[in-house]
Amino acid sequence: MPTLVQRALSKIAGRLKPGLSLVSSDSIASNALVTVIAIMTFLATLTAGAAMLVRNASQDWSSTVAREMTIQVKPALGRDMEADARRAGEIARSVTGIRDVRVFSRQESAKLLEPWLGTGVEMADLPVPTLIVVKLDSSQQANVTSLREALRASVPNAILDDHRAWVDRLELMARSLVAVALVVVLLVLAAMGLAVAFATRGAMAGSREIVDVLHFVGAADAFISKQFRGHFLRLGMKGAIVGGLFAVFAFVALGFISARWSLDAGGDQVEALFGQFDLGWSGYAAVVVIAGAMAVLTGLISQSVVTHQLRRAR
Amino acid sequence: MVRFENVGLRYGNGAEVLRDVSFSIEPNSFQFLTGPSGAGKTTLLRLILLSLKPTRGFIKLFDRETSTLGKEEITAIRRRIGVVFQDFRLLDHLTTYENVALPLFVQGREERTYRAEVLELLRWVGLGERINAFPPILSGGEKQRAAIARALIVQPELLLADEPTGNVDPSLARRLLRLFVELHKSGTSIVIATHDLALMDQFDSARRLVLGEGRLHVYD
Ligand SMILES: Nc1ncnc2c1ncn2[C@@H]1O[C@H](COP(=O)(O)OP(=O)(O)O)[C@@H](O)[C@H]1O
Ligand SMILES: [Mg+2]
Repeated sequence: MPTLVQRALSKIAGRLKPGLSLVSSDSIASNALVTVIAIMTFLATLTAGAAMLVRNASQDWSSTVAREMTIQVKPALGRDMEADARRAGEIARSVTGIRDVRVFSRQESAKLLEPWLGTGVEMADLPVPTLIVVKLDSSQQANVTSLREALRASVPNAILDDHRAWVDRLELMARSLVAVALVVVLLVLAAMGLAVAFATRGAMAGSREIVDVLHFVGAADAFISKQFRGHFLRLGMKGAIVGGLFAVFAFVALGFISARWSLDAGGDQVEALFGQFDLGWSGYAAVVVIAGAMAVLTGLISQSVVTHQLRRAR
Repeated sequence: MVRFENVGLRYGNGAEVLRDVSFSIEPNSFQFLTGPSGAGKTTLLRLILLSLKPTRGFIKLFDRETSTLGKEEITAIRRRIGVVFQDFRLLDHLTTYENVALPLFVQGREERTYRAEVLELLRWVGLGERINAFPPILSGGEKQRAAIARALIVQPELLLADEPTGNVDPSLARRLLRLFVELHKSGTSIVIATHDLALMDQFDSARRLVLGEGRLHVYD
C-alpha cells in the first residue's frame, strides 16, 4: 500500500515537475507547426552548410591559386624562346620569397596540350608560349613588383601573371554566394517566426478558457506567457531536431555520393570544384547551433506574442 | 474588505443589470447573495473578481480603489480571493490534484512545499480517492468539491461561491454549507450566491444581500 501511494505521488511529481502543461495542445496544429519548423530548420541548415562548403572550397582554390604565379614567355620574332625562358627562370629564382621555379619544357607543354591537340603534334611548328610556374614561399612575401620590372627589362616577351584577378574574382563569387545564403537563412527565419506567431495566436484562442481560469486563480501574465514559451519551446525542439537530423543525413549522403564520384573518372574535378562534401566539425556545430536557435526562437516568439496579446486584452 | 458605492453595470448597450448598488463586506463575515435567476448575482461576483469593470460608481477592494489598478495589483488581489464558479471551470486536462494545486503552482511555488497540504485538503473534502482522476469523469458533486478545494487551497481572506449547491443533492449541500461555516469560523469572509431558500434557512443568522430589478437590498 505505501509503495502504491508512493508510486502515485511520484507520478504526480513527474507530471508537475516539467511545468504542468497548461496550454491545451491541439495535436493537429502542433504537428503542423512541428513539421513547418522541421522543414525550415532543414532548409536553413542545408543553406548554411552549402555556404560553408563554398567558403571552404573557395579558400582552398584561392590559397592554391595564390601560392603560384605563372610566367608566359611568348615566341617573338628574332628571339630564342628557350633562352628567354631560361633567363626568365633565373630572374625568378633570384627574387626573394620564391620557393620553386619550374620551366616547362617543350615535351611537357605538349603533354599539357595533348587533350586539345592530340598526340604527335610538332610543338616547334606552333607559336605556343613556354610556361614557367613560380611557387611562392608561404612564409615570406614575394617581391612581385621587382620581379615584374626585372622581367620587363631583360625578357620583354615574358608576361607575369600573379593570378590576383582570379583570386579576387573567386573570392567575390564565394562571398556573394555566402551573402545569398545568409539572406536565404534570414528569410527562412522570418517565415518561421511568422508561422510561430500565428500558431501561438491560434493556441491562445484555443486556450482562452484556460487563460481565464489561470488569471482568476492568481496567475500573472508573465507566468502565462512562460507557459506558452515552454509549450512552443518543446514543439520547436521537436521540429528542430527532426529538421537538423535530416540535414545531417543529407550531408552524409552527399559525402558518400561524392566519395563514389571521386573513385570514378573525373571525380577529382568534381572535388576540385566543390571541395569535399565534408562539413567537418564546424559544419555539424553550425547545424546544432541553427537547430538550437530555431527552437529557442520558437519559444521566445510565442512568449512575446502572448505577452503582447495579454497586455492588450485589458 | 469590499465596498461598492453606487455601482451600475450594463453589458454593451443593454439595460443596466445593476443600478446604484452600494454595500460593503466586512472581514470575517458571512453573507448570502440571493435573488431570482438572472437578477445579476454572477455579475456582481464578477465585479468583485475584477473580471468586469463597473459602468458607474466605485468599487474598493482591500482598501484600494479598483478603477486604476495595474495588472500586477489585480493579480495580487486575486490571490487573496478564492472563487468557486457556477460551472466550476476545472481544467479538463489536469488531474483533480493538479487542479486543486493550480493556484499554488501559478504562484511559482515548488511542488514539494504544498503537496502534503493539497492532499490533506482533498481528503478533507472527500476526494482523497480521486486525486488522479480527470474532471470529465468526476460526478457533479465531486467537481463541485474539487472547485471548492481549489478556492480554499490558498486560504483566501474572501471566498466567493456562485451557486455552490446548485448541482448537488440536499445532503451534500448541507455538508458543503457546514464546510463554509467552518471556514468562516476560521476567519474567512464568505459570499455565497444562491437562490436556494432552503439552504439559507439552514444558516439564518447570516447576512442576506438580495438582488431584484437591478437593485440590492441588505438584510443584516
Ligand atoms: N456576458 C453577458 N453579456 C450580456 N448579458 C449578460 C452577460 N452575462 C449576463 N448577462 C445578463 O445579465 C443579467 C444578469 O445575469 P447573471 O449575473 O448571470 O444573473 P444570475 O447569476 O443572478 O442568474 C441577465 O439578464 C443576463 O442575461
Ligand atoms: Mg449566475
